[in-house]
Amino acid sequence: MSGLEAEIKAICKAVGNDRTRTMDIVRAVQDKHGCVSSEAIDVIAKQVGTPRVEVEGVVSFYSFLSEQPKGKVVIRLCHDIIDQMQGCDRVAQAFAEELGIAFGETTPDGMISLEYAACIGMSDQAPAALVNDVVVTHLSSDAAREIVRKLKADPDPKRLVASLGDGNNAHPKVQSMVMNNIRVRGPVVLADFDSGEGLRKAVAMTPAEVIRDIKTARLRGRGGAGFPTGLKWEFTRKASGDQRYVLCNADEGEPGTFKDRVILTEHPDLMFEGMTIAGYAIGAETGIVYLRGEYAYLRAFLEEVLETRRKQGLLGRNVCRKEGFNFDIRIQMGAGAYVCGEETALISSCEGKRGDPKNRPPFPAQKGYLDGPTVVNNVETFCCVSRILEKGPGWFAESGSKGSAGTKLLSIAGDCRRPGVYELPFGVTLREVLDLAGASDAAAVQVGGPSGQLVGPKDFDRMICYDDLATGGSIMVFGPERNVLEVVREFLEFFVDESCGYCTPCRVGNVLMKERVEQIIAGRGEPADLDYLQELAETVKACSRCGLGQTSPNPVLTTLKNFRPAYEALVKQDKDGFRPTFVLSEAVGDAEAISGRKSVHTHQ
Amino acid sequence: MSETIPITIDGVEVQAKPGQTILEAADAAGIYIPRLCYQKDLVPFGACRVCTVLVNGRPQPACTQPVAPEMVIDNSSEKVQTYRRNIIEMLFVEGNHFCMFCEKSGNCELQALAYRFGITAPKYPFLFPKREVDASHPDIFVDHNRCILCARCVRASRDVDGKNVFGFVGRGPHKKVAVNADANLGGTDAAATDKALDICPVGALMRKRVGYAVPVGQRDYDTKPIGSDIETSKAK
Repeated sequence: MSGLEAEIKAICKAVGNDRTRTMDIVRAVQDKHGCVSSEAIDVIAKQVGTPRVEVEGVVSFYSFLSEQPKGKVVIRLCHDIIDQMQGCDRVAQAFAEELGIAFGETTPDGMISLEYAACIGMSDQAPAALVNDVVVTHLSSDAAREIVRKLKADPDPKRLVASLGDGNNAHPKVQSMVMNNIRVRGPVVLADFDSGEGLRKAVAMTPAEVIRDIKTARLRGRGGAGFPTGLKWEFTRKASGDQRYVLCNADEGEPGTFKDRVILTEHPDLMFEGMTIAGYAIGAETGIVYLRGEYAYLRAFLEEVLETRRKQGLLGRNVCRKEGFNFDIRIQMGAGAYVCGEETALISSCEGKRGDPKNRPPFPAQKGYLDGPTVVNNVETFCCVSRILEKGPGWFAESGSKGSAGTKLLSIAGDCRRPGVYELPFGVTLREVLDLAGASDAAAVQVGGPSGQLVGPKDFDRMICYDDLATGGSIMVFGPERNVLEVVREFLEFFVDESCGYCTPCRVGNVLMKERVEQIIAGRGEPADLDYLQELAETVKACSRCGLGQTSPNPVLTTLKNFRPAYEALVKQDKDGFRPTFVLSEAVGDAEAISGRKSVHTHQ
Repeated sequence: MSETIPITIDGVEVQAKPGQTILEAADAAGIYIPRLCYQKDLVPFGACRVCTVLVNGRPQPACTQPVAPEMVIDNSSEKVQTYRRNIIEMLFVEGNHFCMFCEKSGNCELQALAYRFGITAPKYPFLFPKREVDASHPDIFVDHNRCILCARCVRASRDVDGKNVFGFVGRGPHKKVAVNADANLGGTDAAATDKALDICPVGALMRKRVGYAVPVGQRDYDTKPIGSDIETSKAK
């Protein structure tokens, strides 16, 4: 038996050779060996009893996993639109120059790899990067050069943390330079909290009464879709199945959002308590927090909080001395895949598979994780649950607007003076939000991240709530100097990269939308391209299989509606009626290369 | 079971059986809903989206959506047909489909659907991806240029052949069919008699040395459009 084989067998054995724990296995192998090689895939497949192509499918699905060796240190520079606005391209250039490699490459000595990452949840302190699991923020080209010099002297990324962030970022188990940037503390999520109080009240009631309270509070899911939480729990409780599950969606991947990061850092107890209450309400014994790979730096801390809760009798057997109520929580790490924030893709990933969304019906409430009835809620939703039980549904429903009870955490970033997290009551207008954030001169605001909508000043008096401007939390501000079409192009590139590729419209349609927007930006669009884009976007929206493809056309659709002049200026007919859609020199480029000479038509 | 669920497809009342999908109910009623990844006797996959219909105004894939009472299904409006036409066109430009020299021509479901929808040339730009041909197996070849990622081979190999020869790797535009070996098809236990080979809707998964056994002009869709077998069952 080779050393590698023995080591991988041990990794598999540690999770009971359970194929549903494939994610843990491949992550451990990647951490230890810098890749999950073909040989490693063979061993894993044999150990857990699955075809090797299944394991290969998993490894090839997630950004943080690789069949080819990566460096001992991987620098992942965040490349979302906010980071670009804050100068991440200069940082990128500095990294590439200092390392002597391009993005996607590894230094010849196998020490350092350089990659781009989609949003890593640090838009309020951009440009930022992950160095293995260590977050570095507020980067400049000088800082990048300094990082490379330090890594060359000592490859331990922990040494890059010169000063610690506020709050629990300085906790011994976190030790990160991340800042919380909490600007407004509302009464629900960010207020002080007595651990265990809501839970003790819950177990004094019947599960049906707990669900009734959640319904009375009119709590709707904070992930963005806004499904009534009490109803979801009731469906799950009533579905048939031996094992039920509570899943917490901590895969905060929507570019521009980082409010779950702050909750996970400062109020994990509130979230775990909400999950435990859900477990009691639906009759589950197992809870899983699906933590995005980008937030791995919080894992040890969260494990410690869980351990403390076990010691306090808030998790484990007979929780809160309630005879027969057993519930515990484990953390499932993701590995870099935006689509896993989609609840059925999240379930696939928890089951150790590719993060492909599933067909619905059946819905997770009927048949979710390992085919058991499953509740999937967002981090913030579970926090609201704890507070509803602690303070009562009436108290909760008092704040907010008519159709949207409670408060909402907003992550605000971009062209504003005070980026950060704001807990505000639903019904607040976008203008009030922008004033608070110091962005009164905003020209365009993306509400709800790339999958949301881009609105202009005429919409600034609209309200943040489920019935008007819905958002999972991301608010990106663009000043008058920004190019709206460039924003659209960036978002489409993001969706192309993050599509799982399962269904045709999303896999192909996003590529086609990006191609045409690029044509238009390059000044080679035609007036007819606007109808073309409209129809293409509508097809992708209508026919895609999951929320990713059903919302990825939104940047195109909302800008065609709200910023049409930006398109029209670029596709305007010239005086002579000529549009350079077709570029002869490009069309004959390949032929010229083969023949070794320039065409007579193009060598001007 | 005698109980039926009444649904309406294009204004026609259809008595569906409980547990049926919209597509199954339509097939039984002699109403053709275009499809590519769906294959009778395989677990529905819901990937190609060609079978998209409007159910009470909302788009749904007919192959995975179970029937429910009061469903009013639109399978033929201009809107639905536009969606489908666009998806078929996407499949053409995403790969490298050269019908004129593909030995599957006339038996190809993608080509046949294009004919049925009157697509002579796609309006989308060709993406011309670089894809390989795997001819390592003595009796079978895989041409990824023509693959539409319908997963029929994946499902048939797993559920009918009991072999798991095929699976998916990569994601987004880089998603592709892979084989259960460290290199290529020659390293798997695939056999020319596998069900997985019979059900490829396009010319991606082919048996060697039998390409033109039936001459062009006498093939499945040379004389009648795809779907007419279902539609003629209605006439009887």
